[in-house]
Amino acid sequence: MAAVQHLADHLARGAYDLNLTTDVLVIGGGPAGMWAALAAVEAGARVVLVEKGYAGTAGPLSSANTGIYYIKPDDPIHRDGMVTARMPLAFGLADERWLERTLDQSYANLETMTRWGFRWPKNELGQEFRARLRGPDTLIFLRKQLVKAQVRILDHSPVMELLVSDGVAAGAAGVNRQTGDTWGVRAAAVVLATGGTAFLSGVAGTRGNTGDGYLFAAEAGAEFSGMEFTSQYAPAPYGGVLSRGAHLQYATLTDNDGNEITRGRKTVEAIQNTGAAWAIVDKATDDATRDMLRKTHAHIFLHLERLGIDPFRERYRIDFRCEGSIRAVGGLAIDDDLATTVPGLFAAGDITSKETVVGAGPPGGGPAAAWAIASGSWAGASASRFAKRLGPAAHSRAVDAIGRTGLRAAERRTSAVSIADVTRSVQAEMIPFERNYWRSGPNLEASLVRFASEWNEIRDGALATDGATARDSARNLLRAREAAAMLATARWINTTALARPETRGLHRRSDYPNLDPAHEHHLTTGGVDEIWVRRRPVSAGAKAIAS
Amino acid sequence: MIELLVRDACIGCDICVRVCPTDVFDATPGGAPEIARQEDCHTCMICELHCPVDALYVSPRGEPDPSVDEAAIVASGVLGSYQRALGWKRGMPGGADDDPGVLIAFKRPPDPSDKVRTQLYEVSMRTYIDVGPNA
Repeated sequence: MAAVQHLADHLARGAYDLNLTTDVLVIGGGPAGMWAALAAVEAGARVVLVEKGYAGTAGPLSSANTGIYYIKPDDPIHRDGMVTARMPLAFGLADERWLERTLDQSYANLETMTRWGFRWPKNELGQEFRARLRGPDTLIFLRKQLVKAQVRILDHSPVMELLVSDGVAAGAAGVNRQTGDTWGVRAAAVVLATGGTAFLSGVAGTRGNTGDGYLFAAEAGAEFSGMEFTSQYAPAPYGGVLSRGAHLQYATLTDNDGNEITRGRKTVEAIQNTGAAWAIVDKATDDATRDMLRKTHAHIFLHLERLGIDPFRERYRIDFRCEGSIRAVGGLAIDDDLATTVPGLFAAGDITSKETVVGAGPPGGGPAAAWAIASGSWAGASASRFAKRLGPAAHSRAVDAIGRTGLRAAERRTSAVSIADVTRSVQAEMIPFERNYWRSGPNLEASLVRFASEWNEIRDGALATDGATARDSARNLLRAREAAAMLATARWINTTALARPETRGLHRRSDYPNLDPAHEHHLTTGGVDEIWVRRRPVSAGAKAIAS
Repeated sequence: MIELLVRDACIGCDICVRVCPTDVFDATPGGAPEIARQEDCHTCMICELHCPVDALYVSPRGEPDPSVDEAAIVASGVLGSYQRALGWKRGMPGGADDDPGVLIAFKRPPDPSDKVRTQLYEVSMRTYIDVGPNA
């Protein structure tokens, strides 16, 4: 079959079926992207939001609930308590000012949702509880706000590449995977909110999260920070896919020999060393508590029920599933305005580095959700300001379509490795406990050699093949771009992981199992064909906390 | 993964085609959508939630489950159970009145030796729940 050249050529010529011009383009329709769009509108911008799936159901939040920071600004005891509780988990890399800023913005946004009419959980006295978001309800509610705010939404419209004018982000182009049409959006500023990646590990709600935005940003020259803090794993029932463990605070966990274990690293060790780990939700001893648990974590219990498991009465086998960089730490390096190192390119949510807020991690769902909506607001407002400064001249700029690997091959030939080959290679390295939960120098080095050779091959030869219809071709091109993005992400992660010979937070090395004070710094990485890594000292705010 | 689209129940509204974030369904002219790309399903169960007539069934497994039998699923009453569990009805969110998160988060006091969390707990009870002795 021929390579999908015609679609890539259309995109290269800028001959789009749909052409739009806007002040701010938001890429990604999860909570961070939707908040970015709403904040940009609030700041006076016209906004287009494009989403690979459907804005309002896309992303990991679609599949369950999440806790979120809801701490009143005039509540110093609770605020300080949260900061005090959180900072030791950051392993010296967080900055208290960023945590406080996130608490404030998260609170403000949840209050805004209340004004908009969001229906919060209530207790039997009618009192509301705003520190937890029901995933599917929240997403569809935010979509309704987008529609009210007259945000132009393009669903099922994956980005294929950024448009750049003289080093400044100027829009994006892509395909509609349901029609096969191409689209291009010229924008004065761009917000990337495409989330992290679980490397298609199968965890619920993560199929769309293939790290595409990382690759788009890197092609424009953006830098990453903390990519080594991305070894995020979470408990799921064995054979199931919902990696949520909120109910396990009421559970007893045991290894395969019946010895009691704790959640987290001990669970992984039990699976590795004794063959399995088990759970029973036996600390919910009365019907009222069980009923509350079942309702509060309805998603979790529904999945268990359909697996034929009664978690209150039987010991059931659990697994730890790879979430990769989703609700982890590492991502695009950002400044106070959520600007990336590329002018005109802003970022929000899981795609950004959360080191300033959670350090080396783990952040967990609550902080990640708070960060998503807070950083979304900041990025949207910043992008709007950037667009205003550029003015109408923004739309007369000459732009280049900068997508390369997976989209536009260097040579007119088909790659010797396929999309499936690349995906398998990345997964073999990024999913198993013995490769990515526990990393090691020799494994990282070997993987990087293999990844580099695969990257060079898909850079030179085309990865996507033509389909029977325009729609099939668009889907094939998307799959190729996704595979390239996952491979690139695995390279940034493993390059930084190799440069950190210690164990800290969400980065574990079997050959360096202890924290080493000599490595209390950030690691910045970037590059597409040649990956580089360098050290950056921790911020003054983080130092003040550490001392 | 998505396992069933019960054609007898489906009204052909194509909402699942539109809202599925991984583009699993294909619309068909004048009929029920097809499950065209089961392998892309990521088990978020969003299609079940948004279906106005409870015509979809998603298995909690990440692999296709050949044992799923339409007649048995229909007879079991499991269709629509996800909507019921979340307080949704006819594909629309129904609010969270039956979601007692307010109690679950704060009902159980932390270990008294954990001073930080005990303090957080007491402040939370006073500031956010307002069910203390003076309430």
